Formats: sequence, structure tokens, C-alpha cells
Amino acid sequence: MSEKIINEEKTTYETFTQEEYMVMKGDLLRPVQHIGKWGKIWIGFLIAVCLAGVYAYYIQETKSKYVTVSLRDYTMWGVYISNFVFFVALSLIGVLMSAVLKLTHFEWYRPLSRIAEVIAVAAIMLAGVSIVAAMGRPDRLHYLLLHGRIQSPIVWDIIVILTYVTTSIILLFIPMIPSMSTCKNHLTGKPKWQMKMYDILSFGWEGTPAQWKSLKKSVKILTVLVIPLGVSIHTVTAWLFATTLRSEWDSTNFGAYFVSGAFLLGVAGMIVAISVIRKTYKLENYLTPMHFDKLGRALVMMSFIYIYFNINEYLVPAYKMSGLHANHLINLFVGEEALFYWSVVLFGMVIPATLPLIPAVRKPLPLTIIAFGVVIAAWFKRYLIVIPGLAHPYLPIQDVPASWKHYTPSLIEMTIVAATFAAMLLIVTIFSRFFPIISVWEVAEGKLEGKDEIINYK
Amino acid sequence: MKEEKEESNRRNFLKLGLLAGTATIAGFGLKNKIFAGDIEETGEKVKVLTTDGRVVEVDSSMVAHPSEAKLAQFNVREGIPGKKFIMVIDLARCANARKCVEGCQSMHGMLPPIEYIKVKKMQDSDLGAPYWFPQTCYQCDNPPCTKVCPVDATFKRSDGIVGIDSDRCIGCKFCMAACPYSARTFNFGRPEQKEFSEKHNADKDKCCATKSSTEGTVSKCDFCPESSAKGILPSCVSECPNGTIFFGDELEDAVTNGEETFRLSELLKKRAGYRQFEELGTKPRVYYLPPVERNFPFEEATEVHNQVE
Ligand code: SF4
Ligand code: SF4
Repeated sequence: MSEKIINEEKTTYETFTQEEYMVMKGDLLRPVQHIGKWGKIWIGFLIAVCLAGVYAYYIQETKSKYVTVSLRDYTMWGVYISNFVFFVALSLIGVLMSAVLKLTHFEWYRPLSRIAEVIAVAAIMLAGVSIVAAMGRPDRLHYLLLHGRIQSPIVWDIIVILTYVTTSIILLFIPMIPSMSTCKNHLTGKPKWQMKMYDILSFGWEGTPAQWKSLKKSVKILTVLVIPLGVSIHTVTAWLFATTLRSEWDSTNFGAYFVSGAFLLGVAGMIVAISVIRKTYKLENYLTPMHFDKLGRALVMMSFIYIYFNINEYLVPAYKMSGLHANHLINLFVGEEALFYWSVVLFGMVIPATLPLIPAVRKPLPLTIIAFGVVIAAWFKRYLIVIPGLAHPYLPIQDVPASWKHYTPSLIEMTIVAATFAAMLLIVTIFSRFFPIISVWEVAEGKLEGKDEIINYK
Repeated sequence: MKEEKEESNRRNFLKLGLLAGTATIAGFGLKNKIFAGDIEETGEKVKVLTTDGRVVEVDSSMVAHPSEAKLAQFNVREGIPGKKFIMVIDLARCANARKCVEGCQSMHGMLPPIEYIKVKKMQDSDLGAPYWFPQTCYQCDNPPCTKVCPVDATFKRSDGIVGIDSDRCIGCKFCMAACPYSARTFNFGRPEQKEFSEKHNADKDKCCATKSSTEGTVSKCDFCPESSAKGILPSCVSECPNGTIFFGDELEDAVTNGEETFRLSELLKKRAGYRQFEELGTKPRVYYLPPVERNFPFEEATEVHNQVE
């Protein structure tokens, strides 16, 4: 304890000059100040994909689902549900990359936290969209309020997800109050409504010590709150599966297994996100090789934790090969899905667990490639959790048309899934064009307090 | 001393049984009032079985079947009072005639490949003999499917039936994931089916309380509750040429296939009745009699069914 205090004293009062501060403010406000041609094309592209998704959904809902969607009686949950699980997992990025780092005083969280939080908010919203796309009667959505029953895991999931969304949005916007006043005072040539928006969102911020104090206090409370909430959303999502009697999901390991997978995805998602953001917005001074180095280490750790849960989940039942599990497991290990399954293991677990152990791999480019592989593998991993097992129920499937036995997502389904991804990227992009994606004051404060760790990192 | 106590316990038990018997008769009387209005005594005596297995004589007017008009006022979520429907499937009699499947489809207005009752080829072990296995929804007494429904659209009734309210179902398909027997089917709006349902709009659901042709909702075998209430056997039972399927009331301790009637408890005892996957704890209301001393040798199906998409 005393050692820590001494340490803090040494670093706390290193100053940085007014000049440095102005440079930094200029850097961090640049993406908001100016949108280039490619920026506009990118936004246009994302909007186009989203519209394609809306159109696909319109077709799905107006035509017969038997024709537009490949779901059948046995595989009644398809790519929408696995996409939902993926987005819920991705939304835990906010918990790990912002809240956990913040509370454990890892100073390098500062430039990452807002990126993580906006991804979290976008992901959880798109998780909701995926679920609605999967519903047979979306017109009856409000029945969940009218007739909801607490014993259904779906209702638990809705409750925790709504709480998490609300908390995350507040947690995103409260630390933005000082940034809003920075935007208000320093941005030029922006439309009136935009300046008005900054004015409203800065809630009369003047930067008095009392204001700082209450801001920090509320951020701290929310940060603490968001951790159990994040863990519960994914655990309850795992329970949607684990509360059934199906052998492929019948596991007491499921909650922890899902959460550990989400943390791995969170680290990988963060690596991809910062590597794109630092390049496009020229923020290399803030999202530094140091961050890649740290995240590379985190990636290794999370991969090992995830591997541990995977061993519990697959190898222990495989050792026994009970009649209930055999069909499903053999299908994954050596059967139809084997190639698929082992690629996911390789790119989603083995590579991220081993390669980043080499320091040269923890450089931005190679690490981004690995992390990108992890994100893709993570999506397919959710697919493998949800879908193949459904084709192996306790009683054999007989006397059904071919499409009832093998599920391949239809074009409509894939378009809608692609649109959810585009929508997520669109939310993050638009956000970063209106608000500084890296929190000016948090980084400034970090430079004051933890200059050693941020600036002098070797 | 101890013996005496046991003796008195037994006497108490008998007394209780008698009370229960009277209560059942009173129940009949009550039902009479509800369904048939004030009916005069006919003077004709009929024998009925009480819950504890005794045969008593009552006036025939007291056991009149509820009238159809009054039945319609039934709360479909609560079920028919005083009934506990049960099914017994004798695997020794099944020859894969598939008449149950067809009967069910025409009763419920469903086209293939949707089958509320399926006939599967089963072989339990490598050397074990294959047999035909008709499978319905088991109307489980501890139903995992109703537990998970977020909006109470699928529910357990007092008469044992697991029903679906297709006006309530939001189509989340969670119940389908929860059913370990894959008994539920989803109405994805197959064009042929849609057309058929529309054409036969008037005579659909001859037997069911809730519509099963609503697009985007779940449906399944429901023991044909309205016919059952009227004492009409479900289609699968009456259509089977081999008398494989027995249907009845657990409280009456009797099941019938339309031609033969058995005392349920004796049948299960004599033929070693069992339920599928007892270890799952779902407590199905469908019992199987093992395929021993079969009426027919096992023959592979020569036809393929339901190949049309
Ligand atoms: S067989 Fe399946 S659908 Fe029928 S009651 Fe049991 S769990 Fe529910
Ligand atoms: S599909 Fe319908 S009946 Fe089944 S759980 Fe969902 S709402 Fe309930």
C-alpha cells in the first residue's frame, strides 16, 4: 500500500504543457472536424448494406418464411440466433476493455474506453435486432410486456439486456460531458443543430471541482455496476440453451464458457477496432504499439482461459462418449462439420493462444490479422454451438424432406446478418464523426497521472 | 398394538376412498348441471367406475356427456374437469400402416411433411430387433416446453393436455428447443399449406380448441381435446387398422382403441408399460407397451414419405 502511494507521488505531478494539450485536442477532434471523401463513401456503403437488410427483412415478413428462410422444424434456430449470441458476446467488450481495466488501474485503458463502450452499445442493440428477425410473430413483440412470465429464461434475458443497455448508454455519455463542452468550444464550421446538440449534452459543464467530483463518482458507480451486468447478460444468454434438455447444451459449464468466449472476442474486437481507428483517424500517437503489445498479451491469456472451458465442454463428454452426446460430438470431430469445427479451434483458439507469445507478433499488423481471424472464428463458433446439435435430437429424424435435415442459411438470412454487421459499424462510424472517439480529458488526465506508463513505455 | 394401528389406518383409508367416490359422483352431478342443464332422471341405471376403482350404479342422466354448445364456453386453458387423458401405444401391434399419420393430418388440416404423430423405425441396440414406434406429443406432466414459454402461450391443463394458444404465441421457438422429443412443429407458412388452410378455413380444427394453422406459431399433437371431451376418440386411435393406440382417462383407469377396452393399471402391469426417456424427468402421459410377441413381423418400409419439400 505505502509503496503504491510513493509510486503515485512520483508520477502524479508530471506536467504536460498547454501546448501539448492543444496539440492533443486538435488530434482528437480532427475526425469530428473533417470528414473526407473516403469517409463519406464508407458511410454510404454501410447505409446501402443496411438498406439491403431492411429490404430482405421486408421480403421475409411479407412472403412465406418457408420459402425465404431455411429454418425447419428440427433446425428451428438458425443463423439469427447464433448472430444474436455473437453480438451479446461482443457487447462484453465494454465490460472488459473499459470497466475492468479502469477499476484495476491499468492506465492504458484511457484511450480505449470510449471505443469499447460505443462498440458495446452498438452490439447489444444489434443483438436485439437479430432476435426480432428470428421471431415468428414480430407483430406480437409487445406480448412480452403484456403476458411476460418470470420463469422463462427469455424474460430474464430481456430484463438484464435492457438494464445493461441503459447502464452502458449512461456510462458512455456521462464521461462525454466534458468532451461535449470541448467540442462546443473548439469545433468550427459545424451546422447549428450540431452545436446545439453539444450544448445540450454538455449539461452546463463548467469544469468546477465540484462538477468533476460528481462526474467521477457517478462514473465509478456505473463502472462497478456494469461488470456484474455484463457477466449476467452473457450468462443468461448461455442459459437460454443450458436450461433445455438437449444433450449438446445440457452443461453446467455453459455460463462460464460463454463469458470466457466473450472476453476473448472482446480483446480481439478491440485490437481490430483500434488498428482501424488509429490508421483512418491518424491517432497513432494515442493508440500506440504499446496497446497492441498489452492487448496481445491479453489475447493469449483469454485464449488459454477459453481453451480451458472448451476442454471441459467437449473433451470431457467425448471421453465418455455417452449415447446422448456421441452423435453430436462425432459429427463435430470427424463428421460433416469437422473441417469447420477444427478451423474454428485453430483460428479462434490455438493461434491466438500461441503466436502472440512471440514479441514480434504483438506488433500492430500481425496482431490485427490474428485478431481478425479470432473475430471471424468467434462468429462461426456461435454457429457451431447453436446449429449442428439441433440436427441430432434424442429421437432420430426420419421421413422428412432433405432441407429439414441440413440447414444452410438462405440468401435472405445472410443479407440480414450482413446488415446487422453494417449497422454496427455504421453506429460506431457515425458516433466517431460526431463525438471524439478518444476521450480528451481522460487521456489528458492520464498523461498527468500516469505519464510513466503511457508516454515512457518501452 | 402395532397391527391394530395398521388395521385402523386401513379402515381410515377405506373411508377416505369412499368419500372420494362420493365426491366423484357429486362431481358428475355438478358437471351435469353445467353442461346439460336440468335433466330429469331417466330411471335407467348405468355402472360407472369411481377414481378408486369401484363400480357403482348411478342414474344414466348423471353421466350424460357434456353438450357441445356448453363445451364451447370452456376455458381452453383450464381443461375438462374430472378428466386426465392418457394414451397407451402397443408397439407389438404396430405394422407401420401410417393410417394414424394420415388420419391426424386430415383431422387437423395439415399437409405432409407436417406430422403431429410420426412413425419411426427404432432399434435400441445392435442385436436388438427393429420395431415401429408411433410418436405423438407426450403431454408431459412435467413439461419442459411450457416452462420456458415467455408469454404463457403454451400451458398445462388440468386434464393433462399441453395446449397452445396460437393467438398468444410470439413464435420464439424456445418451446421447440426445450422439447426433448422434437414433438412440436412450427408453421413457417409453407405455400401449399397456407393455400390448403385457407380453402378449408371453415372445417379446420374440428377437434381443437385453438387454431393450429396460424402462420408464425407453434403447433403439435394435442390429444384432440374437443373430440375427447365428447367421448370421441382421437383420429389416430380410430384410424389405426391394428388397434395399436389406446386412449382413455387415467381417473377412470380405462383405455380403449375403439374395439377393446382395458383396465389401464392392469395393462401396464401385465405388459410392462414404460415411458420414453423416463430419465429426463418429463413424466410423459403416453405409455408404451414393449414390442414383444408381435402381431406382425418387422418389415422395412418400402415407400419413402415426405420427400416433397
Ligand atoms: S412431448 Fe414435448 S411438446 Fe409434448 S408436452 Fe412433452 S415436452 Fe412438451
Ligand atoms: S414459440 Fe410460442 S409457444 Fe413456444 S415458447 Fe415461444 S411463444 Fe411460447
